[in-house]
Amino acid sequence: MRILHLPAGDIPNNIDHLLAQGGRMLMVYATQIEGRNEACYLAAPGIGKPFQLWLVDVPPGGLPSMAVHVPLLGWYEREMQDLSGVGVLNHPEPFPLVIEHGDMPAPFTQTHSTAHYPAPHIVPEVEGDDVQELDFGPIRADVFESAQFRFFYIGERILRYQPRLFLKHRGMEKRFQGLAPDAAVILAERVSGVGALAHALAFCQAIEDAAGVQVPPRARVWRSVLGELERVYNHLHYLGALADATSLKVGQAEGRLLEEQAKQLAARACGQRLLMNVLRPGGLRRNLALMADFLPRLDQLEAASLRYLDQLERTSTFLDRLHTTGSLPHTVAFDQGATGPVERASGLDRDLRRDHPYAAYADYSPLVALHQDGDAYARYHVHGAELRAGFDLLRGLLGHLPDGAVHVPCTASAGGIGLGWAESPRGSVYYVVHLDRNARLERVKIKSPSYSNWRVFPYTVHGSNMMDYAINEASFGSTIAGCDR
Amino acid sequence: MSLWTFFGLARGRATSDWDGGDLREAGQAGVQGMPRVSAQPCAESCAVCVAACPTDALRLVEGPGGVGTAPGQSVALDYGRCIACQRCVEVCPTDTLKASYDWALAVRARSDLQFDPAPAALDALALDLQSAIARRFRHSLHIRHVDAGSCNGCESELQALMNPFYNLHRLGIFFTASPRAADLLLVTGTVTEPMREPLRAAWEAMPEPKWVMAMGACAISGGVAREGYAGGSGLQGLIPVDVYLPGCAPNPAAIMHALLLLLGRSEQHLHGGRPDG
Repeated sequence: MRILHLPAGDIPNNIDHLLAQGGRMLMVYATQIEGRNEACYLAAPGIGKPFQLWLVDVPPGGLPSMAVHVPLLGWYEREMQDLSGVGVLNHPEPFPLVIEHGDMPAPFTQTHSTAHYPAPHIVPEVEGDDVQELDFGPIRADVFESAQFRFFYIGERILRYQPRLFLKHRGMEKRFQGLAPDAAVILAERVSGVGALAHALAFCQAIEDAAGVQVPPRARVWRSVLGELERVYNHLHYLGALADATSLKVGQAEGRLLEEQAKQLAARACGQRLLMNVLRPGGLRRNLALMADFLPRLDQLEAASLRYLDQLERTSTFLDRLHTTGSLPHTVAFDQGATGPVERASGLDRDLRRDHPYAAYADYSPLVALHQDGDAYARYHVHGAELRAGFDLLRGLLGHLPDGAVHVPCTASAGGIGLGWAESPRGSVYYVVHLDRNARLERVKIKSPSYSNWRVFPYTVHGSNMMDYAINEASFGSTIAGCDR
Repeated sequence: MSLWTFFGLARGRATSDWDGGDLREAGQAGVQGMPRVSAQPCAESCAVCVAACPTDALRLVEGPGGVGTAPGQSVALDYGRCIACQRCVEVCPTDTLKASYDWALAVRARSDLQFDPAPAALDALALDLQSAIARRFRHSLHIRHVDAGSCNGCESELQALMNPFYNLHRLGIFFTASPRAADLLLVTGTVTEPMREPLRAAWEAMPEPKWVMAMGACAISGGVAREGYAGGSGLQGLIPVDVYLPGCAPNPAAIMHALLLLLGRSEQHLHGGRPDG
């Protein structure tokens, strides 16, 4: 990662230059240095090129908003306002995002933001004699995460859809403050439970980046193995949930059963069904050994999963519900910051495993599945192809597990900054870590894929119809915990 | 659609055996459990486990000491805070803290989650409650789940209960949409500020008699997100809890054990912080 110091006035030009070169902004957040706010812009110049972190002193009056230019920064700027009290000027949506109760000081600075707006849940107002309003949640039927959704609709047609997220905001980034890096992995694993491995991996790699440490080969391969196991169980869950949304009950049961078998394999590999408690900066926490029946069980799971995918692909009642549902155009996916299978289903050819290899992916490059249609079918299709590719990767990786150590000492130096990333089942996860003078964590910023994709999702709902909503939501497969943090 | 009928039939029975209520092994090969405090005395003025614990589940106390030795320093362990991260067993220099496969550790009284080297008394009230529940709901239970600020790990394992392997319905236990039709409020997560009111509203909407289960370290004590500017302290001081299920995240077999414990159809394996066997 390259670190650049920029004056605030240069940001628009730098962004123009980055976009013209085929790059993309990733996020912005604030840190505090001796009482001053510093904004940190994370930029991705392109495939194979190092990431850039632009450090900008926040001017006394506030920071100019870039949200009109780069819409995906809109949420990050609002979050920066909420968490660090940084004023953002001329924001198109100048409202609180993650913290709604207005009297609380910004948690990172204990300052009160100068601007005060109530959090509106409807932008813009929707009125009309025939317009019906439906508030759904935060407690939903069955076992679901908490979030509230507001629909304005006439008959079947949705005019406007407004999710109310961040009810589950737990202030996870703040909880890293003051921790030693080794202890903080436990926290990273619990930001998003079903993305535990990817979060822990991105965090560990950020510490290793700050420390300038290379992880031993055996640990690198194991990290990829565990990452693909996470993808397999999540994608099977995704298919089961999508079958459920389309009322395909046997298909739902089969997906859930295969997900269960994948989780049991995860426990057999590392002792924990959600792949927690296994990584640490510098490698793994302990050496792992495969149980004797691991490989035969993996083969059975693969065979059953391929049969399942073939069967779904032959079911017209299932496919008919997906085609043209929840269409996400390429440009919206790019502008609003879609990630993972969602962006790849809208034709954006990006995958961190291939573009910025980590763990063992330089030697085991994944097949990156793409689709151009951007609808629920495209998202389903990409998930299915990634599931097949995940099994291929696992076979390759497990056939060549190197011997040797699984950990090297990893001590990040005081005042260091590091960046780590991982391609989770739901898309790209980034961790930036800033260490204090005692080499403890001063600021940890998390870019999680569900945050990115929830920002995008409403654009596929406005103007669609109520009957398709559940299918569309399932076809995104985002979590609330990862978004709310 | 007929394709799927044959597909399902050809798949055969996928549900695990459930032998007389002991689910402790069902499908959980290799799953790490909570630490145990052994009789091995601590090293002198050692507190590495307390420092390593991310959720303050461990604290130093005056212990009874080993056989024939004077009372010395020992550790107390609160299973209601433990997230089974295994850090304490990794750093313990004396094997006082030992890794285990104990995870079916649901209890009826909060005090049963607290291990203290000094022996603890049994909670009679919890036993009375259990028989009252057993009389009313032994054969069927309807659950309203509320996520009050979890990492989604608990939801992932709760959803797994409905898969064919665990097939919770065969035990007469169902999830229900309306709290008005629910007997049990099953709460996950640390209870963030915005979720406090919806949680309370769900609890108040439930008809009497009603029960509450706190699932996972977050709902019991706040877990990793406890007492931050946004995180809460779980259900402590909010609504009364009838069953505590420790873990992070408790696996589906542990959840089934906890539900059956509430119904008086399985045995509690942890008393006064001491696991059976």
